[in-house]
Amino acid sequence: MCATCGCGGAGVRVSHAGHGHPHGHDRTVTLEVDLLAANDALARRNRGRLDRAGIVAVNLMSSPGSGKTTLLERTIRTLGGVSCAVLEGDQETLLDADRIAATGARAVQINTGAGCHLDAGMVARGLDALAPEDGSLVFVENVGNLVCPALFALGEHARVVIMSVTEGADKPLKYPHMFRTADLVVLTKTDLLPHVDFAVHDWADAVRRARPGVAILQVSATTGAGMDEWRAWLEGLRTHHGAPTRTG
Amino acid sequence: MHELSITQSVVDAVTARLGEARIRRVRLEVGRLSGVVPDALRFCFELVTAGTTLDGAVLEIEEPAGSARCRTCGVGFETTEVLPLCGCGSADVEVLGGAGLRILAVETGNVVDVESEVDPCARPADAAGPGSA
Repeated sequence: MCATCGCGGAGVRVSHAGHGHPHGHDRTVTLEVDLLAANDALARRNRGRLDRAGIVAVNLMSSPGSGKTTLLERTIRTLGGVSCAVLEGDQETLLDADRIAATGARAVQINTGAGCHLDAGMVARGLDALAPEDGSLVFVENVGNLVCPALFALGEHARVVIMSVTEGADKPLKYPHMFRTADLVVLTKTDLLPHVDFAVHDWADAVRRARPGVAILQVSATTGAGMDEWRAWLEGLRTHHGAPTRTG
Repeated sequence: MHELSITQSVVDAVTARLGEARIRRVRLEVGRLSGVVPDALRFCFELVTAGTTLDGAVLEIEEPAGSARCRTCGVGFETTEVLPLCGCGSADVEVLGGAGLRILAVETGNVVDVESEVDPCARPADAAGPGSA
């Protein structure tokens, strides 16, 4: 391959006669490369690996403090008969992985440092370390952030966006990229509804504006309200993707 | 800021295709509905390309508008809104285009003033050409 213009390289088409090229080559190289293609390819590889092992993976996305980890703790403790494992994404600390490990589930912490989202490569390495059992349910708790994680496929079977009642009912309209690719939207901390100014109907309208027809659940990990519906949704997802049926 | 990762993927994709070739110009398509902010890409570009074959390259960004179709009345229209409303009042709108995020093309060559470095005809001290004095 020419080191000046790259002609001769794989997939390189050189056109447009240039001026001053030391080797007399043309200089404009048409690439037409999708910038998310590398991540998407890794995500497809993750998905294939999960499917072959009968594992179903859920990507949980929200702003920081929405209650993802608390919801997971209660979910794992009450999902009898289903093996669960968790990839925890945070910029720093092992705090969340330690909380999940205390439930008895496998957990691996991915610290992104300055990074604001998980990508498919991080999840591939996380799955290597996590080594989830065949037929298990894997939760990927993304970095708390309602913006950046939206763009990056991880190989998940479903994207769940979580929002708490303390965040404001207009968030789905303010952060539409996150909500418009959701397979399920979960409202958490509903036990706090009597104490905060949060109009559930307005919120549900905003969610459906961002993502027409999306499923919506309301839960409280503190009181257990709505947890049956959440567990049923997870079971439905596992059944749909061919994971082994629950025996416990 | 996911633009940092996106900018890194520009460098990765270009160097994967073009190896050691020096890059003078990079042309990207960043659709208005892509969720990526062109100004943030420009901010990251100098930082991420430093010391790479793209160091010093000019970044050009095309920002095509989105296209959408109303599921209620069936009409198609252009939009720059992530959550577009149809003229009929419906919010049940399918976004069809404008989310593209691509490297369109790059220009290769000597980044350090090609005109004076490699063109024997160039006269750096007289860039405006004959007759300008």
